[in-house]
Amino acid sequence: MSTVPVDSAAASAGHAEHAHAGGFLRTYVFSLDHKIIGLQFLFSTLIWFIVGGLLALGVRWQLAYPWRPMPILGELVAQTEGGQIAPEVYTMLVTMHASVMIFFVIIPVLAGAFGNYLIPLMIGADDMAFPTLNMLSYWFMWPAFLAMGASFFVEGGASQGGWTAYPPFALTQGTGQALWLVGLTMVGISSMMGSVNYLTTIIQMRAPGMTMFRLPMTIWGMFITAVLQAFALPVLTAAGFMQMADLQLGTGFFIPDGWSANNAAAQSGGGQPLLWQHLFWFYSHPAVYIMILPAMGMVSDMLSCFARKPLFGYKPMVYSIAGIAGLGFVVWGHHMFVSGMNPALGMTFMVSTMMIALPSAIKTFNWLGTIWRGNLQFTTPMLFSLSFVSMFIIGGLSGIFMAATPVDIFIHDTYYIVAHFHYVLFAGTAMAVLGAIYFWFPKMFGRMMNDSWGKVHFFLSFVLMNCVFFPMHILGMQGFPRRLADPYHYGTFRHLLPLNQFMSWCAFLLVGVQIIFVINFFWSMFFGPRAGRNPWHANGLEWQAPSPPGHGNFDFQPMIYRGPYEYNSPEVDEDYYPQTQPPAEGAPAPPEAGH
Amino acid sequence: MFKRFANWMPGFWALLFLLVPIGGVATFVAAPYFDIWLPRDVSEHGHVIDGLFMFILYLTGIVFIVTELVLFYFMWKYSSKKTAAPVAYSHGSHSLEVVWTIIPAVTLLFIAIYQMDAWAASKMRAPEIPPTVEVTGRQFNWDFRYPGKDGELYTHDDVVRTDGKLYLPYGKEVLLKITSADVLHSFFLPNMRMKQDVVPGMEQSMWFKATAGGSYDIVCAELCGWGHYKMKGEVTFLPPDEFDAKLQELRSDADTMTVEVAETD
Repeated sequence: MSTVPVDSAAASAGHAEHAHAGGFLRTYVFSLDHKIIGLQFLFSTLIWFIVGGLLALGVRWQLAYPWRPMPILGELVAQTEGGQIAPEVYTMLVTMHASVMIFFVIIPVLAGAFGNYLIPLMIGADDMAFPTLNMLSYWFMWPAFLAMGASFFVEGGASQGGWTAYPPFALTQGTGQALWLVGLTMVGISSMMGSVNYLTTIIQMRAPGMTMFRLPMTIWGMFITAVLQAFALPVLTAAGFMQMADLQLGTGFFIPDGWSANNAAAQSGGGQPLLWQHLFWFYSHPAVYIMILPAMGMVSDMLSCFARKPLFGYKPMVYSIAGIAGLGFVVWGHHMFVSGMNPALGMTFMVSTMMIALPSAIKTFNWLGTIWRGNLQFTTPMLFSLSFVSMFIIGGLSGIFMAATPVDIFIHDTYYIVAHFHYVLFAGTAMAVLGAIYFWFPKMFGRMMNDSWGKVHFFLSFVLMNCVFFPMHILGMQGFPRRLADPYHYGTFRHLLPLNQFMSWCAFLLVGVQIIFVINFFWSMFFGPRAGRNPWHANGLEWQAPSPPGHGNFDFQPMIYRGPYEYNSPEVDEDYYPQTQPPAEGAPAPPEAGH
Repeated sequence: MFKRFANWMPGFWALLFLLVPIGGVATFVAAPYFDIWLPRDVSEHGHVIDGLFMFILYLTGIVFIVTELVLFYFMWKYSSKKTAAPVAYSHGSHSLEVVWTIIPAVTLLFIAIYQMDAWAASKMRAPEIPPTVEVTGRQFNWDFRYPGKDGELYTHDDVVRTDGKLYLPYGKEVLLKITSADVLHSFFLPNMRMKQDVVPGMEQSMWFKATAGGSYDIVCAELCGWGHYKMKGEVTFLPPDEFDAKLQELRSDADTMTVEVAETD
């Protein structure tokens, strides 16, 4: 395999200066290396993934066996009495499950873990543009971890205000809400540091020949995500400060005239509760795309690799991502159709929201086009990627119901919504992330994960996940509301109890089978078969670096000749054609990707 | 032995993905037999919303079935273990992109425009009638304020009820004014296909015409505190003449109550 250019020796000599040895602290803890920082994000988010999953189990227990003491886990939850989940504890569980999963798992695992690990490797840079800023972006997560973690143990417990923290109710929460806001702000600072770094790195530090339209979709996903974060986050941070001021300093940004709570004296107010909702969703709707675009990118790369076929419609895929990002800024009002916002605005938001379904549809068709007439290899990452496509179809289509304002009047705040975003975020993003871990694990640790156990893990997760989330659609049709500690207080929902028990048992098993993944992960890290540079015979630049790559990433100067999706190219005998492989003498000029 | 098993696997995975459309459709088909479906609709406008829901359900259902079947078929047909056909070295198709951009775009735009009238009728064209009842959400109860003897709301003789029971006439349009005494709530009448968040400092309106008598749930649909789950009310629709009689009854209750309160003080 002649993938290493001839002048690699000279190039690697130039990189030798990076390979300085440091102490344990400098190498593994306060590291400036993007790969270590990526892994730090990965391990942190996986730990929080477990915490968030356990919080969800509390929610599911209560929905299956309301007021019955929860065995084992119930005792662990702060403030339960003998394991029984009191209504305020239930509200706290709902709030913290969502907050942990969104702010500590999905967003940092995509941008923080995979963004950090993959961006320099995939564009041919030796590190991020600002390594110190990069390190800080990880260490600013820790005040957030500590604040939200500590909030479980303060008086009054963690926030019960919902992950959307709507005032004025959120303002009746005490220390837990203040710590929640601290956590939110710190996550925001971390994300902002990350996004500035990613943008600069992708724009400035691409290897020679790596034009923007030769970037893998993963990088496009990360790039557009960073743009979204950079422009939307300041609004959320400002809103967080405003709520903190309302909570602690007696201001009234979100408090109406003469309002009082808990029999306190009336406040001067002068504010508007809806203002928070506008500011919050102005960030948090783009955040929905922040939580899916990088996953879409990674899935595109994996599908193309295991279909052994070029990605179908590269440029339309890129334009769709850009379209999603652009439209993503003008759809936030669809979270507020029944909030009391001027209903005329509802109409405009309905049109923009319907339109944002379009790029998602284009992407889905292009994924199907990618596997059409391919040569599919059902490896574990491929199965996770295919399941992403299958599940994203469900999550995408169910979104059309709630975009339609009259229908949303009925299904708003019901389980229909819960079904929708779990199909996008869990069945979509979380499954894509698991697939991506199987895919890039050999690069990260130099060893393969066990494929057979990976498939067992996939099969069980796929089946159980659908058993948990699909019935939520019909619950929502019945009008089954979200966030009720005891929905069966309403006689009309009592017949839904057996179905909820079935879903809960599937949820318990779903969390349980993840142990297969955890064992596979750690076992393979030490005992898996050695991977070599390019175990999947993939084209991407990262697969030309050693596994795991040393400090400085490449032991040669990367030179890029083509896009990352030239599988089964007629120009070469192998079914893959790495981005760094020089074209054969006399061969026609390589086609530019995306025709 | 193990190798033969491995050769079967691609078909197995394709069939697993085939279960998605089958299971999805089966869930919706089976649901009514377990009494799980849109709840009974007793409003004049509800059938429009239900109709839109079913329209979108069928439309997305077709897209769902077709795309999932295509995914299954490609997985079945193009597995590397089963096909010897060479891979199509294709980077895409401009005409296909145009087709699958324009068709969904037109469909989505159609859905959006098609809904507008139903939305306007439910949320924008308030009837010009005096408000029938004022609803106040507070942690964790729904309070109702009816007009007193003068038949007008917002006068001194209004009657306020805190038992969570709302009485309304059916067969005629009613207009509710909705406010909050403390935090956000959401006034949700599943059987009327109506929902409105209740915001402190803002007055919301809701209007509808019930078509049948009976008692139905009032649900709080916005997280409002630990007691959110029990913030339940009941709306009872009465024929207009019985509603007037009920109002009389509530007013005389209020009179008695006033006297009792005066004595105990």
